[in-house]
Amino acid sequence: MAVTIIYEDKPVSVAGAQARGDHLWMAKAELQSATGWELKPQGICRGERCVPIPPGRREQFLRDELVNLAALARQLGLPIVHDDKHAVWFFGESDDARRATLASLQAPDFTLPDLDGRMHSLSDYRGRKVLLLSWASW
Amino acid sequence: MWQALYEELKDRNFIILSVALDSGGTAAVRDFIRPAEPVRIEPLFQEIMGWDSVLCDRAARPTYPNLIDERHIVAELYNMTNVPMAVWIDERGNIVRPTEVAGASDGFRTMDRSTFKMKKEGIEKARAARMSYVEAVRDWIAKGEASEYVLAPAEVRRRINAPMDVDPMATANFRLGEYLHRQGHTEDAKRYFGEARRLSPERWNYLRQTMQLEEDGSASGPGFFCAVDALGERPYYPPAELKGGRG
Repeated sequence: MAVTIIYEDKPVSVAGAQARGDHLWMAKAELQSATGWELKPQGICRGERCVPIPPGRREQFLRDELVNLAALARQLGLPIVHDDKHAVWFFGESDDARRATLASLQAPDFTLPDLDGRMHSLSDYRGRKVLLLSWASW
Repeated sequence: MWQALYEELKDRNFIILSVALDSGGTAAVRDFIRPAEPVRIEPLFQEIMGWDSVLCDRAARPTYPNLIDERHIVAELYNMTNVPMAVWIDERGNIVRPTEVAGASDGFRTMDRSTFKMKKEGIEKARAARMSYVEAVRDWIAKGEASEYVLAPAEVRRRINAPMDVDPMATANFRLGEYLHRQGHTEDAKRYFGEARRLSPERWNYLRQTMQLEEDGSASGPGFFCAVDALGERPYYPPAELKGGRG
């Protein structure tokens, strides 16, 4: 059954994913397109970062030609929530990542639409003082 | 609410980036930033803000960017737990005042819930909180990093690193719920909204947003006031420590 994976905000439908309880198996190619993680000899890698597969627990991460994204996410300390009725898995950011961003004192960038659908990034306004202000209709 | 200040200061290399932490999207926010008709604002509000009716109408049509953040991503990035909260970012993209309450106060807690009248001391408290924050922004724009309201990096870091009660699982549950809601499965979203509220009860944005999505109007109803009352002496809007931050 197709599973919708939300990894770093982007929902992606993964046709061949297999959800089994707290495990989510998918082909290497699907893992890469949904999350950017690739299976390499040294482990599961993304850009410059590689996560070695813990010795003795290989079968929790790899099985036949499939990779368990949930096991990888737990290894990375990512929060995971999934809804089995609608086959949606959400992978959040780890607390460490957020703290590291804030520790640098650089204002984290983001991109959001205005009422007309035009996208604005915080970085568009570099060079000006910015009062970043929240509000809501609720 | 900030248009008057923006008009006053915008030629000083300053911009307000207003972000609606609002899963209701454009439909929910449109009337607040592009009202179809001339706006009449409550006398009480005018009294707190110190505006006449002409300014009130102009104030209802901001000319600075108004962004729509349905997933509360900015709240997550900047650890905003309520609205209105604000961050000051300098020309180099550095945070010079981290997330804090932006001119709001607990004055509203003096409101009589049947007559909706605020007590005099509540109105005064609201006005004072608003004015002192606006003054701080003016000072920053006028003086830049020499402003006494610009915090030294060590102080910014200290305030950011204050214990964060935010549970990443609360965010993950909110986000999954919001996704399901957006797909039309609001009933199924409720269990994740409930879990988000349970894990991070101090996140008023999750509480009120999820209440609003589950039942229109409930975010300002008895359930909300129950939660506010449960604070007892603790503040709903902790006052910003405006001064005392220069290293």
